Amino acid sequence: MTWSEVFDLLWVGLQETAWMVFVSTVLTAIGGLLLGVLLVLTAPGGLLSAPPLYSVLGLIVNITRSLPFIILLVAVIPFTRAVVGTTIGTDAAIVPLTIGAIPFFARIVEAALREVPSDVIAAATAMGATRTQIVGKVLLREARPGLVAGLTITVIALVGYSAMAGVVGGGGLGDLAIRYGYQRFETEVMVATVAALVVFVQLVQMAGDLIVRRLSHK
Amino acid sequence: MIEITGLRKTYRSRGREVRAVDGVDLTVGEGDVFGVLGQSGAGKSTLLRCVNMLERPDEGRITVGGVDLTSLNRKRLRLARHGIGMIHQHFALLSSRTVAGNIAFALEVTGEPRAARKARVSELIDLVGLSGREDAYPSQLSGGQKQRVGIARALAARPKVLLSDEATSALDPETTDSILRLLLDLNQRLGLTILLITHEMGVVKKICHSAAVMRDGKFVESGPVADLLHHQGSELAHGLFPLAARSSEPGATLIDVTASGEDADAPLTGLARRFDFRILEGSVETLAATRAGRWRLALTGDAAPQIEFLRSHGAQVEVVA
Repeated sequence: MTWSEVFDLLWVGLQETAWMVFVSTVLTAIGGLLLGVLLVLTAPGGLLSAPPLYSVLGLIVNITRSLPFIILLVAVIPFTRAVVGTTIGTDAAIVPLTIGAIPFFARIVEAALREVPSDVIAAATAMGATRTQIVGKVLLREARPGLVAGLTITVIALVGYSAMAGVVGGGGLGDLAIRYGYQRFETEVMVATVAALVVFVQLVQMAGDLIVRRLSHK
Repeated sequence: MIEITGLRKTYRSRGREVRAVDGVDLTVGEGDVFGVLGQSGAGKSTLLRCVNMLERPDEGRITVGGVDLTSLNRKRLRLARHGIGMIHQHFALLSSRTVAGNIAFALEVTGEPRAARKARVSELIDLVGLSGREDAYPSQLSGGQKQRVGIARALAARPKVLLSDEATSALDPETTDSILRLLLDLNQRLGLTILLITHEMGVVKKICHSAAVMRDGKFVESGPVADLLHHQGSELAHGLFPLAARSSEPGATLIDVTASGEDADAPLTGLARRFDFRILEGSVETLAATRAGRWRLALTGDAAPQIEFLRSHGAQVEVVA
C-alpha cells in the first residue's frame, strides 16, 4: 500500500471520527447537563429535594455506566433503528456513543456543581433568587471551568469509544486501525492511525485547557 | 424592625438531637445595631439564618418590618428577602463575576431593568469605597475589599435590615475596624438596622447599641449595652472590661466599680477627693452607644461610706473581697 493510499484512508477515517465525536459530544453536552443538574437538584437536601427520584436516576446512570461499551452498542440496536432508521453506518454509531457518554458526563456535571460553595448558594437564596436563577446564574456559571474540563474528558472518552463503532460499520480511525493495521498486518496504517489519534486527542485537550484557563478566575 | 418570639430550632443528626436555638425572644428597633455574642456552637448562626428563613424554625414567630415571615409562601418569602440584606463570614461572592458583576447580580435577582442597574452599581461601588476596582475579580481582592463587595451587594435592593454572619471573623484586626466603621457609617447615614452575630467582644464594643450573650441556644443576658454594664454579674461587662488582677489585698476591701455615660469617670474622681484608695486595674472606653468605665479598687479604711458615695453618684459597685 502506498503512502498516498494510506493518506486517503486516514483522511476518510479522520472525517468519520470527527463527525461521530462532534455530533455525540453536542448531544451528550445537552443530555449530560440536564441529567447532571437534575441529579444535583433532586439529591437529598437539594433545591428540589426528591430522594426517590434521585435514587432512580442514580441507578439508571450506574447501570448504563456498568455496561462495557461494546455490549451497549449491540444492546441499543433496536433503539438505534427506531431513531435513525438504520443500524449500520456512522450515524447509527452516534446513538450508542451518546447513550454511553451521557451518564458519564452527567456524573462529571454533578461533581462540578457540587464544588460550588454552599454559602454562595445560600447567599443567592437570601437575596431572594428564584431556583431558575440559582441554577443558571450561580451553579452552572460558577462551575463553568469544571464543566468544560469535564466535557474535554468526555470528548476524549468518545474518541476511544468511537474505535468500536466499526462493529456497526461506523468507520472512523479506530475501525481503520483494527481492519487494516491489525487484521491485514498493514503496519504503516496502524502507525499512521495511532499518530493521527494522538494528535487529535492532544488538540482536543489543549483546546479544553485553554478554555478552562479563560473561564477560571479562582 | 425585627421581632422574634419563642424561636426554637432542633437538628437531628445521626440519631442525636441538637437544640440549636432553644426559645429565643429578640427585638431590634429601627436603626439599631444589635449584636449576638457567643462561642461557636452556641446557636447564633442558626438564629441569624432563621431571620431570613434560610433555616425554617420549628417554633416561634419572626417579623421583619411588620411582615410575619413564617407565614409566607415561597414567592412572597422571596420578595420579602429583597428587603433583608445579608453578609457572610467568607463573603460568598461569585468567583466568575467581577466586582460590578457581583453587585449587578443582586439587582438581576430583584428584576431591576438593565439600564437602571448600571447606575445603581456604580453608586454602590462609591458607597463602599471600591471605586476603580469594579472590573477586578474576587480572587484579585483582599479580604476587606471582598467584604465591601459583599456589603454593596447586600445593600443593592435598598434593604431596611442587614444581617451580618460573622462578617469580620475572617479579617485581620485593622481590616475588621475599617469594615465596622463602614457598617456604623451605613447605620447612621441610611438608618440601616443591623443584626449581627459574632464571637468577638470587640465588635460589640465598637458598633453595637444593644447586645445579647448566647449560650446553648439561649440568651443568657440581653439588652442595651449601657444597661448590661450596670447589671450585677453581667458576662458582657466582664467581657468588655475584664478585671482579672489580684482578688485579695491585705487590710483592704476590693470592689469593682462600673459607670457609664458622658461623665462615667465622675463617681471615681469625686471619690478621690474625699477618700484614699488605690486603683488596681481599670479603663474608660468609648463604646458605640455610650462611654463606660470599669475599675477594681482597693479601699483602705471604712468601705461602707465609700461604696455609698459611689452608688449615690450612679455607679454600680460589686464587692469582690
